[in-house]
Amino acid sequence: MKRVARPATRGWAPNQLPAYPSSTKRAPQAAAIALPPQLLPSQGPRWGPEQLRAGAGDLTTQVPGGTAQGQRILVHGRVSDAAGRPEAHALIELWQANAAGRYLHAADQHAAPLDPYFIGAGQVLTDAQGCYEFLSIEPGAYPWGNHPNGWRPKHIHFSLFGAGFAARLVTQLYFPGDPLLPLDPIFMGIPQAAARARLVAKFDLTRTQPAWALAYRFDVVLRGCAATPLDAH
Amino acid sequence: MRRPTPAQTAGPYYSLGLDWWQAHPITHEPPAGAAICVRGQVLDGDGAPVPDALVEIWQANGAGDYPTRSAAAGEGFGRVSVDAEGRYTFLTHKPGPTTPQAAPHIHFTLLARGLMNPLVTRLYFADEAARNHRDPALARVPLARRATLIAALTPTGYCFDIHLQGPLETVFFDV
Ligand SMILES: [Fe+2]
Repeated sequence: MKRVARPATRGWAPNQLPAYPSSTKRAPQAAAIALPPQLLPSQGPRWGPEQLRAGAGDLTTQVPGGTAQGQRILVHGRVSDAAGRPEAHALIELWQANAAGRYLHAADQHAAPLDPYFIGAGQVLTDAQGCYEFLSIEPGAYPWGNHPNGWRPKHIHFSLFGAGFAARLVTQLYFPGDPLLPLDPIFMGIPQAAARARLVAKFDLTRTQPAWALAYRFDVVLRGCAATPLDAH
Repeated sequence: MRRPTPAQTAGPYYSLGLDWWQAHPITHEPPAGAAICVRGQVLDGDGAPVPDALVEIWQANGAGDYPTRSAAAGEGFGRVSVDAEGRYTFLTHKPGPTTPQAAPHIHFTLLARGLMNPLVTRLYFADEAARNHRDPALARVPLARRATLIAALTPTGYCFDIHLQGPLETVFFDV
């Protein structure tokens, strides 16, 4: 078998990342086989607003009786394809730690408090222009056992479905100026600084809600073609 | 051209954000195709089960058509977390060939802690040997590795194990 640590996509992290031991026994060793667009389905799964739970775009008020603790933030941006065309009506799924850096997940044993008024999961659809927004709180950094005194920088997990099958993306939003970023093997696993920079949201004063919430902008570019396809494989 | 946003691992807590949508059987407008069961196990480089992976599938209906824009949400799409033994099961319909040259197939996407990028592969059907032989995507796979993409037909349905690493490493595609 040819041993090539070739990234799944040029400029992305290699599958095998020595600084991230979880990848050691899970990363495929053979080079992925490239498929041209004509051999891929030109459409991917679609969702409508009727599938989304009420309030799925406001992570601060999902538990009756209270509101989430932490710095309230509005996160917004535009999802487009590589040609800049909007990825309209694309499903975005989100999950994150609470303000103390703890996930509402049985496997998370970090000794930080759970917030009874914060679940940390949401869904939004982009509009016809590819724009989305959701309200949340700034997640805390959290320790992980990857390496001595390892801490994940503050981040929000994003899952996106675009118009085409190839558009599928799972990634993480990071916050500008986080001192943990250069120490994080997952973030630093992306070899080029310019590519890493695309995962860092920008503080956006223009969308800050006076006396209510700070705002960050996070634009996403998906692979493939967002235009209406003529045929499908 | 804009450069695509890079992927990052889904990490160990993906179920918090992704388990809200778990769908199978996959519903289809007629023609649905024959009802089938697809099951398998996700295994790491030691052959050990991967107990924390998410498996997504995407497929055409029995006539070989992908769901249209106006189709019911989630149609043709399935998503399950594997169990503690790394096993998954989908109840779905057998897809038809999507072009005259293509063999019937189901797209698989895997997410897990330790996977820096989503892994994309395809299931082909063992009882479609003639069509598999001329499928243009399978033709790009070295002959010796094609068997990793062919689901065996067993008394309980199609069996499609996914080996992330090792001598039986499944073929993954760069899409
Ligand atoms: Fe995380």
